[in-house]
Amino acid sequence: MATSEVVQERIQISLAGESLSEERIAYLERLVSQARSAAAVFTQFTQEDVDRIVKAMALAGLDQAQHLARLAVEETKLGVMEDKVIKNMVATEFVYNYIKDKRTVGIIREFPERNLVEVADPIGVIFSITPITNPTSTVLFKCIMAIKTRNAVIFSPHPNAWRCCSEAVKIMYETALKHGAPKGVFACLESHTLQDNAYLMRHKDVGLIDATGGPGAVKAAYSSGKPALGVGPGNTPVYLEKTADVNTAVTDIILSKTFDNGTICASEQTAVIDDEIYDFVLKKFAELGAHICNEKETRLLARTVIDPETGFMQPMAVGQKAADIARLAGLSVKAGTKLLIAPIHGVGREHPLSVEKLFPVLAVYRAKSVDEALKVCVDVNHAGGLGHTAVIFSRDDEVIRKFGELMNAGRILVNSPGSVGAVGGVYNDLAPTFSFGCGTGGGNSTTDNVNIYHYLNIKRVARRTQAHMWFRVPNQIYFNLNAVENVRQFPSLSTIIITNPALEKFGHVDIVRRYLPEGTHVHVSVIPDAEPEIKVVMQGVEALNFYKADQIIALGGGSVIDAAKIMKLKYESPDADLEELAAPFLDLRKRVVQYPTEKTNRARLIAISTTSGTGSEVTPFAVLTDKGRARKVTLADYSLTPDVAIVDPQFVMSMPKGLTADTGIDCLTHALEAAVSSYASAYTDCNAMQAIRMAFKYLPIAYENPRDEEARLMMHNAACIAAMAFANASVGVNHALAHAFGARFGVAHGRANALILPHVIAYNASVPTKFLPSPYQKGYIAHKKYATIADLLGLGGHTIDEKVKNLVAATEQLLDQLAFPRSIAELGISKEEFERAMPELTKLAFDDPSWRSNPRMPLMSELADLFWKAYHGRGPARAGVTEQQTPLQKGA
Amino acid sequence: MDMAMIAVWVRIDEERIVQALQEAEEKLDGVEGEVALDFSSVRRIDAVALSALEVFVDIADDKGVKVLLRGVNVGVYKVLKLVKLASRFCFVN
Repeated sequence: MATSEVVQERIQISLAGESLSEERIAYLERLVSQARSAAAVFTQFTQEDVDRIVKAMALAGLDQAQHLARLAVEETKLGVMEDKVIKNMVATEFVYNYIKDKRTVGIIREFPERNLVEVADPIGVIFSITPITNPTSTVLFKCIMAIKTRNAVIFSPHPNAWRCCSEAVKIMYETALKHGAPKGVFACLESHTLQDNAYLMRHKDVGLIDATGGPGAVKAAYSSGKPALGVGPGNTPVYLEKTADVNTAVTDIILSKTFDNGTICASEQTAVIDDEIYDFVLKKFAELGAHICNEKETRLLARTVIDPETGFMQPMAVGQKAADIARLAGLSVKAGTKLLIAPIHGVGREHPLSVEKLFPVLAVYRAKSVDEALKVCVDVNHAGGLGHTAVIFSRDDEVIRKFGELMNAGRILVNSPGSVGAVGGVYNDLAPTFSFGCGTGGGNSTTDNVNIYHYLNIKRVARRTQAHMWFRVPNQIYFNLNAVENVRQFPSLSTIIITNPALEKFGHVDIVRRYLPEGTHVHVSVIPDAEPEIKVVMQGVEALNFYKADQIIALGGGSVIDAAKIMKLKYESPDADLEELAAPFLDLRKRVVQYPTEKTNRARLIAISTTSGTGSEVTPFAVLTDKGRARKVTLADYSLTPDVAIVDPQFVMSMPKGLTADTGIDCLTHALEAAVSSYASAYTDCNAMQAIRMAFKYLPIAYENPRDEEARLMMHNAACIAAMAFANASVGVNHALAHAFGARFGVAHGRANALILPHVIAYNASVPTKFLPSPYQKGYIAHKKYATIADLLGLGGHTIDEKVKNLVAATEQLLDQLAFPRSIAELGISKEEFERAMPELTKLAFDDPSWRSNPRMPLMSELADLFWKAYHGRGPARAGVTEQQTPLQKGA
Repeated sequence: MDMAMIAVWVRIDEERIVQALQEAEEKLDGVEGEVALDFSSVRRIDAVALSALEVFVDIADDKGVKVLLRGVNVGVYKVLKLVKLASRFCFVN
């Protein structure tokens, strides 16, 4: 309803125009004050209150539809009275029908599954510009929308439609007041100037500008700095594709193009017709009362209705009857001619009739192919109609889909008339409107049919969601002495055993072989006893491919099992990009990089651990060494979790003391970090706490008496149980620091963990400098968790602080018992060298995903501080436990 | 004000807010300190009452009398905030 404003008034709101008189300002201020007061009072109204008023207004509008239509035609000299009656009825009855059951007060929508509630809030005062083309219907529509949404409106009608609009406002206002609406809820500017509009558009108490007017008014609205709804000009292409129902198409186009003499800006402007049906379509048009212009008539018509200077339509033609326009152009047409059809051969300034024409003149174009037709439609769409409306008549879904994709239009109407179709609610389920949003193409903020939801501030009450958690471990875990016998359950034609030289030498591979089902072809792949490198992994993958393995048995410590996990990944998904899969992430489930689900091969992975520390046999992690860049790459995904884990202590009985200590402390670190992790749950806590108890009790025994079968068994199980905890709760900053330090200085993982562990407990137990967002936990509880662990270990202490200190002390004591170096300096690393490495260390540690679940978000400076504490050694506190043995070690 | 005297205490009935304010206005002369308006039975306020309240507080200001509103429900309180009148009153529950 906007574009004729261009030709009617060429509005150019100049904000630098004449200043307003004091009296005028006082008048405008009074209007705003009343509206503000009404809007404030309106906030107290219930849904039932507004619905009652809205219903009364709709009925009043229907009652006065003819009266207002008559006034509009008399005043504007545009359009058809009968059609304006229909418009007024649509603006009341159809709009009412659309909004009557919709909630606009308080809670309007609830999404229980998302813990979200939407609450409607009114905007307050709306300044509304209404057009000449659809004057009263637009006012009726906006009044009803405003009351439904509890807003007050100050109307600024087009000067040439002021009387009919102010009458419409009056009818709506009086009805609303009678049914309880607040006084001052509607006002209509008395004869006004552009300065009035500019003043109100910038008024601090006006919340929204709804500009259904010409481009000048819309631009001024958007330039005012206020939130604004504006509409854009149209130039609707209509494509009659060869499969179209021609009878329907022609009828609809005539209906649409002649409705209110074409004043609705969504009406069809250029019909692009497939060659196959072109003649038939024009014949139909003629049969139904259209006049088909010849070339000479088309030239005459163009000269008459299009301004040759601007290329826009002439104002005098807007909203006039076809016969009157023909007469103006000097054409001889039959009496009662409804529509003038003007063939054109292109789009643009050299084809004057290809622009918007808000009167019953329709350009037609004969297209030789679908491709040509679509291109011409695009041209029309871009010739002043971006974002508005486009129409297609077709039975070909593929062509309709293509048309929908190509057109830049807020409304793409299929097999229905443009004008009445775009209004919504008649031919389709679009929201009934008298304001067409045209998106950014039309310089608007929305592509919607403007409706009640644009008159609301919709607030979202978002309750904290209960994040879904998980506990994922291998399908089968076999533990205790001789658990390896269980490999016999798994049939295989081709099994590859991945192991390291020492284990093969010890005869461990033979033990496994002994229990494999008869007939299993077995190949042993021996890899170096070190954290896997990509080269080693790829050699293993070659072997898997060569032997067409259907089962992989990883027999070894963390390095071997990690290598097997990555070999399996690359074997099953050869295109997996390890570098990409190692990309950083914050939340496992929301990570950017997804692990492959497409698999070209399938192999079962059985992990048999031969150390009691990493727990890799049950975790979804694998660490790859990137020797080139002196770093470790951590892969993490549940698809890496072995299918079967075997925790058999016979494979760890011969572990040397150093390895027992290193791996045992790794196990303890896993459990301690999982316990305080922000991903911790009751499911992981029980595992973490149990593993901590077992490690504190049995690690010193296994260390001192390596042949102690019970201690070995317990530590082997503890490592697996701790791993089940951290496989699901993850680890923390201790691991981030240890990964960085271990990779940079070639220090074994367990030893690196040990150097840092007491400092990290103290660090995590103190109030974080920064909290890490964690939907999984309520509040910061790490210090309490540590206190619980201290209680569990019987370490004593009355306060949380005392208990934490005792835990730190007990940890230090354990480290001493295991003869760990207690400072990085003791490793022979000079202070200067460590200082030089510090920027790289902190960067690597910060990039490490391990700390993402740490209870404290580590700052870079804090990471450096922890490194330095570890460098200088000794824990920050040794209060509490002073005995040589912890109570648990005594057997408590 | 250590010894503020509440010289006027007016109970406001929702049905006759304007009249009640007018009556209170007549009592403003001679009041020292504060005047308290009891809004605890006012469920809603309309535009006319809002205007009357604004007039009343203007007059009270001129006379150096502080206006205390008691028992204002949150809906009415929000209306007073929206029309920027809230800051001109003291609120007590």
